Amino acid sequence: MSGPGGNGDVGAATGWLIRGVRPLGGEPADIVIEGSLITEVAKAGQPGLAEGRELAVCEADGLIALPGLVDLHTHLREPGREDAETVASGTAAAALGGYTVVHAMANTEPVADTAGVVEQVWRLGREAGHCDVQPVGAVTAGLDGRQLAELGAMADSAASVRVFSDDGRCVSDATLMRRALEYVKAFDGVIAQHAQEPRLTEGAQLNEGEISARLGLTGWPAVAEEAIIARDCLLAAHVGSALHVCHVSTAGSVEIIRWAKSKGWQVTAEVTPHHLLLTDDLAAGYDPIYKVNPPLRTAADVAALREGLADGTIDCVATDHAPHPSESKESEWSIASFGMTGLETALRVVHEAMVNTGLLDWSGVADRMSVRPAAIGRLSRASGHGGQVATGSQANLVLYDPAQISTVDPATHASRSRNTPFAGMKLPGRVIATFLRGRPTVLDGRLVR
Amino acid sequence: MNRHLISAADLSAGEAVAILDTAEELARLAERPIPKLPTLRGRTVVNLFYEDSTRTRISFEAAAKRLSADVINFSAKGSSVAKGESLKDTALTLQAMGADAVVIRHSASGAPHRLAEWVKGSVVNAGDGTHEHPTQALLDAFTMRRRLGKLDGLRVAIVGDILHSRVARSNVWLLRTLGAEVTLVAPPTLLPVAVDTWPCLVSYDFSAVLPACDVVMMLRVQHERMTQAFFPSVREYSRRYGLDSDRIALLPPHAIVMHPGPMNRGVEIAADVADSPRSTIVEQVTNGVAVRMAVLYLLLGGSTGSDQAAARAVEAAERVGAAL
Repeated sequence: MSGPGGNGDVGAATGWLIRGVRPLGGEPADIVIEGSLITEVAKAGQPGLAEGRELAVCEADGLIALPGLVDLHTHLREPGREDAETVASGTAAAALGGYTVVHAMANTEPVADTAGVVEQVWRLGREAGHCDVQPVGAVTAGLDGRQLAELGAMADSAASVRVFSDDGRCVSDATLMRRALEYVKAFDGVIAQHAQEPRLTEGAQLNEGEISARLGLTGWPAVAEEAIIARDCLLAAHVGSALHVCHVSTAGSVEIIRWAKSKGWQVTAEVTPHHLLLTDDLAAGYDPIYKVNPPLRTAADVAALREGLADGTIDCVATDHAPHPSESKESEWSIASFGMTGLETALRVVHEAMVNTGLLDWSGVADRMSVRPAAIGRLSRASGHGGQVATGSQANLVLYDPAQISTVDPATHASRSRNTPFAGMKLPGRVIATFLRGRPTVLDGRLVR
Repeated sequence: MNRHLISAADLSAGEAVAILDTAEELARLAERPIPKLPTLRGRTVVNLFYEDSTRTRISFEAAAKRLSADVINFSAKGSSVAKGESLKDTALTLQAMGADAVVIRHSASGAPHRLAEWVKGSVVNAGDGTHEHPTQALLDAFTMRRRLGKLDGLRVAIVGDILHSRVARSNVWLLRTLGAEVTLVAPPTLLPVAVDTWPCLVSYDFSAVLPACDVVMMLRVQHERMTQAFFPSVREYSRRYGLDSDRIALLPPHAIVMHPGPMNRGVEIAADVADSPRSTIVEQVTNGVAVRMAVLYLLLGGSTGSDQAAARAVEAAERVGAAL
């Protein structure tokens, strides 16, 4: 695109005319944005559109328009680990990846287990302005799995928390998990579980299987994830509550979730981009850039996850963006930190793993990366997240060039951390522009300050 | 040969045999009045030990010194490692000091792979976590070949905690490369889940395996396994998977008994078995020096690295010895 078109002065403009873009990959259209709203979507090239109005023009021939992406699972690290990421740097990365809102996980220092901390994170997000930040509250005080955090206070705070998670740790105590599921019904909350049976995964380093056995790394068995998911589905059914399963990574987990959904239970699930593309054999050189929790699994698991995402068993893609400073990864495998960055590559990875394989079309991508995660996150209609690319919708949009292909270079990333497993990989696509309620946060692939 | 020796699985049959043949030549040196070669004079070998292993460290130290290398022992205990220096920074320090080879022992699987990315010299794996211990497998193969005259077609049982054993992993792949047939014997709890993908057989019945063995290699049972529910009790383990004099009677007469040490006498191996003529346990220690000399010789000795060159070097040393 040519940026603010012609000699258009953005300062004087009252909105945007996006020309020739293909909404959800469909027929080319011209989109008019005025204020925070999409005021017109018309067949491309029709004369007289937006005549007489001062609009900045965005030439978007060949680009695809999707609703702004929604991430249910982001680690922004602030407060506490500002060396790895801040709300400002993490949301900048999110905007560059096409996101208009991220859910900030609770495992900060201090933990987001009080109204004070979630409001602080929420406010930092508003100040940074690159995208909305919706804090996730901890399920248990200090993430220690013993006592419920003040879930109601977080729900009633300015941050209006609806998603609660001890992510990074599993709420392994069955009674506590039951209570949490029950309690949040009072304010339409959802418990997002990090499914990992702790005793089965003591010291676990890598998917338990052929590769872990050969490398002499302690195995992280699939059953440790599947056993918790099965238990939690049954608990959610028993108390009539909503369960969301974080970062599903095994074929067996997909089977269990498919079964739970067939019963009509309120179970939703997410999968990360890396689990859709990468496998455990990448660990062969012991480079901890591939160390993540849950671990990379086998090609058969990847195939099942893709199929589950395609048929809707898995509701959405969530990044589990987990920035770490370089020293946390430049070490022996077993002492390195778990986690990978993902915000700036997620859409491209989904393009490669799901679109280029014919498993999802672009409207499917919009559903799995925007519409459904916004619904699971209980994001308000007023926020405009997870809306349509249609007249009258909030103008949360990402413009994506599917024709580009380039090598991932972490040095160009806005995240403070460089721990991307996709470094050096050729991936399709490029995010060209992101609009948050009518305001561009990214133009020409660069952050708007 | 590669620049490093990190995994026994990386060795081709030709490379492995070259190491064993070179070790044979170098072993002759031990019989000379001055058991020393000038080959690695001026070269620096660092023993970087993050785990206590006096026997392995001394073996590498003796090997390097017999080749006239300068040896620096860098023990993690009492060094800056204890103060939290990273492996990378230690590697850069050793690199700056001009280490030609770094022999590393580390509790983390894969630490030698990481080290090899950060130093220019050769990396020799002296045992990494539960991954590999390639020089142990080479000295085991050397010992088998000396005792039994061949490796091809040998039937070798490796018995004990396979799951956590770097010795087992190195031996499975090296012996396979050299044509031996390996059977792993262990309680199912001490076998990796994917052991069926390994190039070997598996049995839970020790006594049934013994009559068809040329070699029985017993592995040490670590004390911490005894409290982690891998088996009900030491006594039961010993009854089912220990090598005592009753089980020894099931072996063919020529079969040998090996153990990488240190032994738990009365647990995996009975004292009279350990001390019997079938036992090669003391020879394994002796052979370890020759094999580690061969590895350092071939990694650092430059283009002349071959068993013929080693033989010539030993002969030259013999002439010098005679002249003295």
